[in-house]
Amino acid sequence: MCLGIPGEVIEVGVGRPDLAKVDVSGARRVVNIGLLDEEGVQPGDWVLIHVGFALSKLDEEEARLTLSYLEQVGQAYQDELKALSQSQIE
Amino acid sequence: MRFVDEFRDQQKARALAADIAALCEPGREYKFMEICGGHTHTIYKHGLEDYLPENVTMVHGPGCPVCVIPMGRVDDAVAIAGEEGVIMTSFGDLMRVPGSKGSFFDANASGSDIRMVYSPLDSLKIARENPGKRVVFMAIGFETTTPSTAMTLLRARGEDLDNFSVFCNHVLVNPAIKAILDSPGMSLDGFVGPGHVTAVIGCEPYQWVARDYAKPIVVSGFEPLDILQSVQMLLLQLKQGRSEVENQYKRAVPWEGNARAQAVIEEVMEPRPTFEWRGLGSIPGSALKLRREFAPFDAELLFHVPGVRVEDPKACQCGEVLKGAIKPWECRVFGTACTPETPIGTCMVSSEGACAAYYNFGRFDRRQLREASRA
Ligand code: SF4
Repeated sequence: MCLGIPGEVIEVGVGRPDLAKVDVSGARRVVNIGLLDEEGVQPGDWVLIHVGFALSKLDEEEARLTLSYLEQVGQAYQDELKALSQSQIE
Repeated sequence: MRFVDEFRDQQKARALAADIAALCEPGREYKFMEICGGHTHTIYKHGLEDYLPENVTMVHGPGCPVCVIPMGRVDDAVAIAGEEGVIMTSFGDLMRVPGSKGSFFDANASGSDIRMVYSPLDSLKIARENPGKRVVFMAIGFETTTPSTAMTLLRARGEDLDNFSVFCNHVLVNPAIKAILDSPGMSLDGFVGPGHVTAVIGCEPYQWVARDYAKPIVVSGFEPLDILQSVQMLLLQLKQGRSEVENQYKRAVPWEGNARAQAVIEEVMEPRPTFEWRGLGSIPGSALKLRREFAPFDAELLFHVPGVRVEDPKACQCGEVLKGAIKPWECRVFGTACTPETPIGTCMVSSEGACAAYYNFGRFDRRQLREASRA
């Protein structure tokens, strides 16, 4: 729950303006981007996701670094991905 | 020094380790606290203590939100879940946390409906789909998860949902740091600051640590190299006689944090006069509750919560672990009565708890080996 997971934004405005579709390690999920209103989010941006909300923007290099770190974390990351894959934000 | 674990950029790590060793004054002991459970996890996972000279100790702090939830609050949540027509929802991490009458898992076994969710927005969906039920979200976490709960409440209000509420247990990192600094016998030389909490609140709120307590604090990323670099930055400050707030994790944490997230928290929540932390006791102003405007969504007002303070089990030394007063393996029940399968204390439940991290990565065995070989 405390792990922030990087995801790449695929589509902005999924049903609601504050929802976006993101690609997280190959899985596509909907997350809320309302906390990044001020910065604005575009397809192709990378964001750090906490419990279904994009909390900050990342550059691509940082996102990849974080992902490789998370892959090493092992179980906790797998659990987080599993929880995310069961989430249905709308 | 031994270099046990493989991770990216061994060379950089060794260079940093050499730098760290050079910055230490001979004969001086250094104690740095990493506040965040994510950092504790990295430190154990990668055996980072093996990269540090003997006179630099990492002390593990209270930054694991699952670990600091007191028994009484778990009991309150279990009581709410036991009421007619309630669906309680919670992050998975919390399901095994013991209360005095058992955990969420135990409550489920005896007929309550407690469901794991990934996001508070999943709770909201459950509420929409179950108009005949009362859906409660058990909100826990430091400032990293707080804006998510606040946003969810704004949305619930916007949709006029009348069967959704939040049992708010959000805690604040700064009062916990202060409680640790003020606790008797605590001598720390500086802090490795939490990365993602700071992505929300920004670096300014830590200025008092540097100013009033003359302790350096370096906000850090979660990679092994990030943590080593943060330790190096702390040592450099000490060497130069500075105590400042520095940001090692500029890649993801802007100095001013996330203004929108701060505003949303402010709109929905306000500080409680005091809140009890597992093992640390009551800390003034250390948690948030819903503002009066959100009373229709406040589970604490909608349900009867016992609100009884429950002592931690006698055998449990989580309080000392959370304050960094003892190392996990010094707890009497560590690895014997208390394991991740049968946790007595919370630090063994969450993967970010110091005890679980220590247990899972076999540091305990290694230390025993090292001590045995010294004896
Ligand atoms: S070993 Fe168990 S009881 Fe002891 S401090 Fe750790 S979690 Fe608490």
